[in-house]
Amino acid sequence: MKYDHILVRFGEISTKGKNRKKFIEKLRQHIRFVLKDFEALKYASDRDRITIMLNGEDPEPISEQLKGVFGIQSFSLAVKCETNLDAIKEASLTAVQEVYEQGNTFKVSTKRSYKQFELDSNEMNREIGGHVLKNTENLTVNVKQPDVHLRIEIREHATYITFKDVKGAGGLPVGSSGRAMLMLSGGFDSPVAGYQAMKRGIQIEAVHFFSPPYTSERAKQKVIDLAECLAAYGGEVKLHIVPFTKIQELIHKQVPENYTMTSTRRMMLKIADKIRAKRDALAIITGESLGQVASQTLESMYAINHVTNTPIIRPLIAVDKNDIIDEARRIGTYDTSIQPFEDCCTIFTPPSPKTKPKLEKVERYESFADFEPMLDEAVDQIETIIVKNEKKAADEFADLF
Amino acid sequence: MIYLDNSATTKPYPEVLQVYQQVSERFFGNPSSLHQLGIDASRLLSETRKQILHYTVLKQYEVIFTSGATEANNIAIKGAALAKMNRGKHIVTTAIEHPSVIESFEQLKALFGFDISYIQVNEHGHADMNHLKEVLRPDTVLVSMMHVNNETGAIQPIEEAAGMIREHAENALFHVDGVQGMCRVALDKQLDVDLLTISGHKIHGLKGTGALFLKKGVVLAPFITGGEQELGLRSGTENPAGAVSLAKAMKHSFELLKIHHDEMLNLKTQLQKQLGEIEGIVINTPLTQSAPHIVNFSVPGIQIEVLLHMLEKEGMYVSTTSACSAKKKEPSQVLLAMGRPEEVAKSSMRISLTYGQGPELAPQIITSIAQSVKKLKGMR
Repeated sequence: MKYDHILVRFGEISTKGKNRKKFIEKLRQHIRFVLKDFEALKYASDRDRITIMLNGEDPEPISEQLKGVFGIQSFSLAVKCETNLDAIKEASLTAVQEVYEQGNTFKVSTKRSYKQFELDSNEMNREIGGHVLKNTENLTVNVKQPDVHLRIEIREHATYITFKDVKGAGGLPVGSSGRAMLMLSGGFDSPVAGYQAMKRGIQIEAVHFFSPPYTSERAKQKVIDLAECLAAYGGEVKLHIVPFTKIQELIHKQVPENYTMTSTRRMMLKIADKIRAKRDALAIITGESLGQVASQTLESMYAINHVTNTPIIRPLIAVDKNDIIDEARRIGTYDTSIQPFEDCCTIFTPPSPKTKPKLEKVERYESFADFEPMLDEAVDQIETIIVKNEKKAADEFADLF
Repeated sequence: MIYLDNSATTKPYPEVLQVYQQVSERFFGNPSSLHQLGIDASRLLSETRKQILHYTVLKQYEVIFTSGATEANNIAIKGAALAKMNRGKHIVTTAIEHPSVIESFEQLKALFGFDISYIQVNEHGHADMNHLKEVLRPDTVLVSMMHVNNETGAIQPIEEAAGMIREHAENALFHVDGVQGMCRVALDKQLDVDLLTISGHKIHGLKGTGALFLKKGVVLAPFITGGEQELGLRSGTENPAGAVSLAKAMKHSFELLKIHHDEMLNLKTQLQKQLGEIEGIVINTPLTQSAPHIVNFSVPGIQIEVLLHMLEKEGMYVSTTSACSAKKKEPSQVLLAMGRPEEVAKSSMRISLTYGQGPELAPQIITSIAQSVKKLKGMR
């Protein structure tokens, strides 16, 4: 069948009162972004959905793209016709004739937003059902479990005929819930945490700690690649690379070995919080999962978290490692995370870090050195990269393709 | 010169040679090295994979760069069969495949005891789908079928085969040798294949370049082992310059196909029609379901190589059967499989076109062939 429209329905946005307009605008922007390669598309939106006019573009790849967009509850491919009984009858019949097979059953459901239409929903169902039955062979009605479910949506200026709903990614449009910093390492967890936060509408900015020469350029590239995977869901991701070598060296010198990990995490959180304040963001997201490693016990989290009052969002706190890895596969970060390059956490990890560090102790160890100016210096020296997920070749290679 | 042997190989585009040199100079680092030169080369390689997938509109595939189609076919066929041999030892291909496919199959049979079914082709050179359906069974682990036959240009029913394989042999991987179809015949976007082979030098790229497309999630047993490059399936230092040159060749060829497809097809149709009218010539290329760049015909009763050299004297380069089998001077296995008599199979000639060659060439080619054939027939 020659579909000419896609109807996009939102889920929770519809309930969000005054913010609704802003939400729809964000969603629309994002849909346009992911579909920017399909130049013929035109868009229209009203209070409860966005209509994409295909203008001859292939609906298949467009559907694939839409499935990943947060804020879409469902969408369906549709045929548009005029809002008058004869036109609807004709369009419905043509559409059914193209999809049904001998021996199939069908049902018609009409939704009538245009209440002035001459027939009500039930009358329409009967009218269209009768028309289809009369003009087809070996097709019968079954309202409980139809093979073909013909849905008619009557609006004042146009009527849409659709067959099936495709489930969207759900959630809220990225950016509609504000901005937060994501502590992005090179592992499996943090990108998944970032994805989940984005799904609830958070615009993320990633923070990565880089300790050359202890960690290699490869590790940094890995994080850029991960940010690029996430950018596919959110348009673009700002990535802040923090030079962390000096601070790590000082921690190593000042703090007893079994507390270096706790202290390192505290410094990282302090820096992330300073960047957060500069960037006007409201929370910090981490990939922590309770009990997974020494720094993720409740005792550790208590000692580390003590450096800030900023909300720390831990989407994976109660998720098992295997489930996190499955999710990483699904969202496309697995292949990058599995690469072996070491990050600054793995290199400086002591052989037996405290799993139950005491806050008073770590605070005392840190008090013998003045970390504060070094933290500020690190923040001043961050390198910020805007990472986009784009099909076109990276600029530096552009002349080669 | 009129070069009419584009299915044997093509002349590289100037841009392909240029980019090969550029990349060789700018990104000479080993992509596996840990320093910046290595990182840059490795990033360039991943970018190249992305670009190639973008040009081919293949989604959810990995790209494995190889030294060409023969290597890609070997990696695919042996890799698939060995990875799946615990599920079954039945493998299927057609009677008209390239030697790199047939010989891989025969080796699997000789060394590991695989059971091979060769699908017959009909008189037009199209694989018989009823026969395929008959041979498929639960322990079939691999089906390999070419997209376009390199001798006759017959387009094989890939889509239908895919449907049948998914339905009747759920354990089987489906490999397609796409060498002669890539950038010549529009590949269906939703083609349901697990493995697809392509070659660089058949589309105006460089010899020594090629690739295997591997559907994500498909597992192969590596048969070239070493440093585990290319997902562990093709060990050996990567060749970024070759890879980029392949991408370049593809991009240009896809663009040129759009512009020149119709005139190429027009020339092919005219040649096919007018050659068929010459006494003593038998056409082997089917009228429908054939590629726009290949015409195959036979002149039974003459030494076909003599015709090749007569045309060569007039600046026209063609081939007798495929380049790979030409030296053996055996009758064409493809034509025999189509049920052609030995005399026809022994005397076949292939004209293969490329972008930019159009109907204006027809009179000259036809005249040369007609005169030469007349002369040869008279000498008997």
